[in-house]
Amino acid sequence: MKSNWWKVIAVVFVLYTIIGGLLLEVPRLRILHETIRNLYFHVTMWFGMMIILTVSVIYSIKTLLGGKTENDIVANEAANIGILMGFIGIATGSIWARFTWGTWWVIDTKLNGAAITLLIYLAYVVLRGAMDDREKRARICAVYNIFAYVMLIVFLMILPRMTDSLHPGNGGNPGFGGYDLNSNMRMVFYPAIIGWTLLGVWMMSLRVRLEKLNIALNKE
Amino acid sequence: MIIWRIPSANYKLIKYKQMKKKILVFLSAFFLSLITFAQETEQVEMADEMRASGKIYVVVAVLVTVFIGIVIYLIRIDRKVSKLEKEVKK
Repeated sequence: MKSNWWKVIAVVFVLYTIIGGLLLEVPRLRILHETIRNLYFHVTMWFGMMIILTVSVIYSIKTLLGGKTENDIVANEAANIGILMGFIGIATGSIWARFTWGTWWVIDTKLNGAAITLLIYLAYVVLRGAMDDREKRARICAVYNIFAYVMLIVFLMILPRMTDSLHPGNGGNPGFGGYDLNSNMRMVFYPAIIGWTLLGVWMMSLRVRLEKLNIALNKE
Repeated sequence: MIIWRIPSANYKLIKYKQMKKKILVFLSAFFLSLITFAQETEQVEMADEMRASGKIYVVVAVLVTVFIGIVIYLIRIDRKVSKLEKEVKK
């Protein structure tokens, strides 16, 4: 029997995020008003996505080194959950932009970078679906995943910092960490990252186990 | 041709007075802007009323309920997968 303590942590932390995130004091800022609370839900999606996609690329490297089917399954399911969180992140960001910047989408390095990254990862899913041979698929997808991860770092972490961007934390724009993420907000923000990420890992583990069952049943 | 000759001491006094005026104008403008800035930050609209009347708790309760529903669903899937795993091992 596997231990489930981390699932309990995930649930407790996300519950705390919902309750504390809506009720605790936040800094009073112009334009943002109460929407600053989106930090606990929108930004944490991207943090979770980054962590889970890092897990995915690690397992892809493991696949290339060791060649186990198990590593390939984890890499694939982690990428799936990462893509899900990325899409939720882009949708929530779009809503937030509508009511603070005044439009659903801005031609902005950070936003377009996020869109391109998600398309690159969607191509990963398509690539996987296009092949039947398990071993061949595992190796090709692992190589592609490493490429996708490098693109992710370039489009989300490097390029937005080199040019002007509306998005906080990029292009000379201060991030929330600088002046308005006070200790009150940190008390919710950090548990929120852990909670949402663990929830994603839980969903990922379920799909990994199902896929393993699928393989085990088809072998017999 | 008339040459205006101002005694140097007198000239310095005039210059000093001009400087003083400039500094005063600058300082008053600075403090005025500070005051208006402070007023603006005070006027930021927050959900104070909603919190005071307690309605925000309703939203929190709804969100918690939705999340708990999702968690129960996840737990049930988790148990089902565990059961299947046991059966396959047999």
